[in-house]
Amino acid sequence: MYRILLGNDKTALAVLAVLAAVTVAVPLCSLLFPAGSALHFSAYTVSLLGKYMTFALLGLSLDLVWGYAGILALGHGAFFALGGYAMGMYLMRQIGERGVYGNPLLPDFMVFLNWDKLPWYWHGFDRFGFAMAMVLLAPGFLAFVFGWLAFRARVAGVYLSIMTQALTYALMLAFFRNEMGFGGNNGLTDFKDILGFNIQAEGVRAALLFISGAALIGALLGCRWLVNTKLGRVVTAIRDQESRVRFIGYRVEMYKLWIFVFAAMLAGIAGALYVPQVGIINPSEFSPLNSLEIVVWVALGGRGTLYGAIVGAVLVNFGKTVFTGLLPDAWLFVLGGAFILVTLALPDGIAGLLNRRLKERTA
Amino acid sequence: MIEMAMENQTVDAPSFSGVMYQEGVVDTRHGTILYLEDVSVSFDGFRALNRLSLYIGAGELRCLIGPNGAGKTTLMDVITGKTRPDTGSVFFGQTIDLLKMDEAAIAEAGIGRKFQKPSVFEALTVFENLELALKADKRTWPSLLFRLTGEQRDAIGRTLETIGLAGLAGKRAGILSHGQKQWLEIGMLLMQEPMVMLIDEPVAGMTHQEVERTAELLLSLQGKRSIVVVEHDMEFIRSIAHKVTVLHEGSVLTEGTMDEVQNDPRVIQVYLGD
Amino acid sequence: MIIKTYSTIIGLTIALLLPIGSARAEQPGIRDAYAEAVAKVGRGSMAEREQGIAALAEAGNPRSLDILRALLDGRLYQEKSTGALVIAEKNAGRFKIEEASNGADLGFAEAEAIGRINITNRIRGELRKLIGQLGLGAEDASARLAAVREMTKDPDQKTLELLQKRSAVETDQRVKRAIDLIFLVRDLDSGDKTARIRALKALQDYDSQEVVNKLNAMLEPDGEGGYAEADADIRNQAKITLHAIDTRIGLYHAAETVFFGLSLGAVLVLAAIGLAITFGVMGVINMAHGELMMLGAYTTYVIQQLLPDSLGLSIFLAIPAAFLISALAGLAIERGLIRFLYGRPLETLLATFGVSLILQQGVRSIFSPLNRSVATPSWMSGSWQINDFLSLTWNRFYILIFCLLVFTALLQILKRTRLGLEVRAVAQNRRMAKAMGIPTDRVDAMTFALGSGIAGVAGVALSQITNVGPNLGQAYIVDSFMVVVFGGVGNLFGTLVAGFSLGIANKFLEPYAGAVLAKILVLVFIILFIQKRPRGLFPQKGRAAEA
Repeated sequence: MYRILLGNDKTALAVLAVLAAVTVAVPLCSLLFPAGSALHFSAYTVSLLGKYMTFALLGLSLDLVWGYAGILALGHGAFFALGGYAMGMYLMRQIGERGVYGNPLLPDFMVFLNWDKLPWYWHGFDRFGFAMAMVLLAPGFLAFVFGWLAFRARVAGVYLSIMTQALTYALMLAFFRNEMGFGGNNGLTDFKDILGFNIQAEGVRAALLFISGAALIGALLGCRWLVNTKLGRVVTAIRDQESRVRFIGYRVEMYKLWIFVFAAMLAGIAGALYVPQVGIINPSEFSPLNSLEIVVWVALGGRGTLYGAIVGAVLVNFGKTVFTGLLPDAWLFVLGGAFILVTLALPDGIAGLLNRRLKERTA
Repeated sequence: MIEMAMENQTVDAPSFSGVMYQEGVVDTRHGTILYLEDVSVSFDGFRALNRLSLYIGAGELRCLIGPNGAGKTTLMDVITGKTRPDTGSVFFGQTIDLLKMDEAAIAEAGIGRKFQKPSVFEALTVFENLELALKADKRTWPSLLFRLTGEQRDAIGRTLETIGLAGLAGKRAGILSHGQKQWLEIGMLLMQEPMVMLIDEPVAGMTHQEVERTAELLLSLQGKRSIVVVEHDMEFIRSIAHKVTVLHEGSVLTEGTMDEVQNDPRVIQVYLGD
Repeated sequence: MIIKTYSTIIGLTIALLLPIGSARAEQPGIRDAYAEAVAKVGRGSMAEREQGIAALAEAGNPRSLDILRALLDGRLYQEKSTGALVIAEKNAGRFKIEEASNGADLGFAEAEAIGRINITNRIRGELRKLIGQLGLGAEDASARLAAVREMTKDPDQKTLELLQKRSAVETDQRVKRAIDLIFLVRDLDSGDKTARIRALKALQDYDSQEVVNKLNAMLEPDGEGGYAEADADIRNQAKITLHAIDTRIGLYHAAETVFFGLSLGAVLVLAAIGLAITFGVMGVINMAHGELMMLGAYTTYVIQQLLPDSLGLSIFLAIPAAFLISALAGLAIERGLIRFLYGRPLETLLATFGVSLILQQGVRSIFSPLNRSVATPSWMSGSWQINDFLSLTWNRFYILIFCLLVFTALLQILKRTRLGLEVRAVAQNRRMAKAMGIPTDRVDAMTFALGSGIAGVAGVALSQITNVGPNLGQAYIVDSFMVVVFGGVGNLFGTLVAGFSLGIANKFLEPYAGAVLAKILVLVFIILFIQKRPRGLFPQKGRAAEA
């Protein structure tokens, strides 16, 4: 068991160690040391790291689908956004009377739209447990329905990619509509507290970073286990020789569906952790561009390695943070260049590069 | 294992008329395991199979020969569910209608196939390739929680010995030679424990010794399993076959022993032209 | 230009129609009457202005109608310094003016230097009638029709006489019907019951908003248990007539929706057709396709900036220019990127997406992130008013035609040229084509350039109906992929049918679901459709398609 989870893969181990260190040390330091101390991390840094953790989790989930099952999903951001909306709805309900309009039941945007009662699908979101269940079920359900239809009809390759992109595009259009009841253009924001704690408090931010880091580490270990089960190997086999797997007697569509739904739920968790740390969720999270960015994280990091997706997600987002601060105009050039560079020069991503280096040294 | 399954059939199969179909049970009481009747397939006007009828007996080893484009591979595609025929019927035993099933269901029912081009899972090890093919519950959740039993491990070990790849069990299948991949695929077919094995060009790219071993292996399975072999190597066919079916332009030209077939003027004409 | 010739013709025919013949128009006395009339219009009192207008109409000068029209539209001004009448067009904060009496170009004037000639509502009504009367004699039937329409609002006795005379000699059916309508409405308003019933019956065949309003008003309950129209027989006939017209209105609306759907479909087809070539023939997913359209649209914008005075010319220049620029960009993408990725469709998708990001940001850096608006030539703006209930906008009409032209041209290229033959050969069997000595490399490059060039041409069309901005391409990429996939990859006719049917479906759903929801519904429909028929409406058949 230990071998499977940690293995003798040095790079993966190093990634795990760094993740564990950040997850434990940064929240602790930011709480123990006063502001101004060299070891204190600002609320901004803590939230930023937390955000990277959730992106890494999102990248990890896409790697399962793309790297292992070979499904290039261009709408994976939709599941992230749905998880985020489920969390956002919980946080909205927590605002209660503290909203601008002071309505105890209705969120501000509904009052603004002159709605007199809560839409049915908003019921239950005042309870944390229900909302958390929805974080998993909403993306899981969408993935199930879409996957059921697509995989059974054997839609594959670029067709499937375009369909997933259309899916997230349609959702984006839908969520932009005020009538949908998810805050339209502005989305859900102005959150006050989570489980009774002030969402802005340093302690809460530290805790969220810790939870995100722990979730990421757990997911990484879980996924490593998963891809080494027989199910994981069947999925890998499907990626390489789909029809052969069928002739052995496996229902390829069910395996694809299983991994697709599982990955969607992981993405949902990532979204749910992301929203309280950035304080907003809006329909732009559904934009096809966002989903494509996830693909570039995984491609850059190296698909089919799990830890590569994490490295890629953190690197690209760090680059984004730096560039949008210094040279906002250059960011899309860099991102576009990354797409081209990775496909032409680094087909196996950074992980592939590292593996080759390691092999050369041992050889 | 197979013997047991056969026994079960006679016990479980309903002996009264009216209930014609029992799931998962292959009814071979009439001694025939595959019925293809009046099967036609066309691609864009080209008739790959033309009202073809073919019967394979239970436990029989049958060879299919015929010039290129005679419809051999299409025939296998039809039996395994890859291609749907335009007309005709395909039954597995007396009761199982293969035309109503997809590839996975057909494989589960007990029809295994080796492809012309060796298609093993290159990213997985030799052992894992066999493990995937192993007869077991092939649904998702059981696969997630699947653990090899000692018995299954032994079975895989035995197959590794049979196909001569015991020393390479932990290597990725991608590094195998062409002949080794052929063997691995045959091994995977064995692991499935199918009642019918469809084998497309098993000895292409094999050395002379390997060809002989393949012939031995197939002969040793005769009687336990029904085997359909498509092959161009006439020497090989002569060494294993009792009955040969010649396909030409999508239908059966003639059937008989190798000698009968080889002396049939129509066959000679088809192969050599006039 | 059209309007100019138009008014000259009208002017000439007025001269023929009115008692003062053209020969006499040359006499100095008559000229003076015209000059006197023009001067009178510019003088202070309303009474004088009215006399001046009447005199102007009598004077029979070809310019009379221009001046009266300008007066009615509020374009007639007086130069403050000289007191001369001028016709002024607002142009970039200033006014472009011309001498009213002879149309001479006077250059530009500041807003303070001129004062508008004001008229009362009564004069306005008078003007309409006069313009109508002057127009009634026009040679051009549509000019006469316009004149009749202007006379519809409560005509006086003189007008009616004119109309009656005209009706007797009128040969054009539309003009005759328009005149008849005026008299039928008068009958309807009369007190004679038989005349009213007869008028109602006849009105069934007329598509007139005015009639519909009148009938609705007649059938309105008066709040005391009765109806605005007291007579039950007349009410019944009114109901029948209204029903007949309403049925036709329904048809017109359907026709209009189909037209809007076709025009939306034309845009979709234009956007998708280049993609159909690159995707269908080469199996290459080009995510930068939308950005190639964007390049085409920006090309139109730039050319228009270079030739601000000739809008029509700039559009025509933009078509080949956009084709060339997008084709070159496409060629660069193919040679520099895609050719290294053949056989790896998913990687191609990602790499071309990278290109699309760079192109977007490039345009944003050069032209600013703001939307640019591209002007539409006058012959493309406005709409074609078929009747009161059916009007088709010209720009959409032209785009529909343009789309069909591009489609036909492309089909001809594929059918009749050497390149087309090679493209089809490579699409059907790449290896065989190569074995036969077709330079597949070059064919790939040319095919991609062709598909890209068509994207650029589509961009020109898009610039005429939407704002040109860096996100222009993004908005269309998902849609155009849907069209290609829906139609069946590798089938140009499939793309055409798919584009038009999706456009029409969209427009029929819009009234019920709203534009966004309609779009979502169509997307969901396609997603479901692909489940049923993964190869689209018109799939390629055979073994090749299975590979």
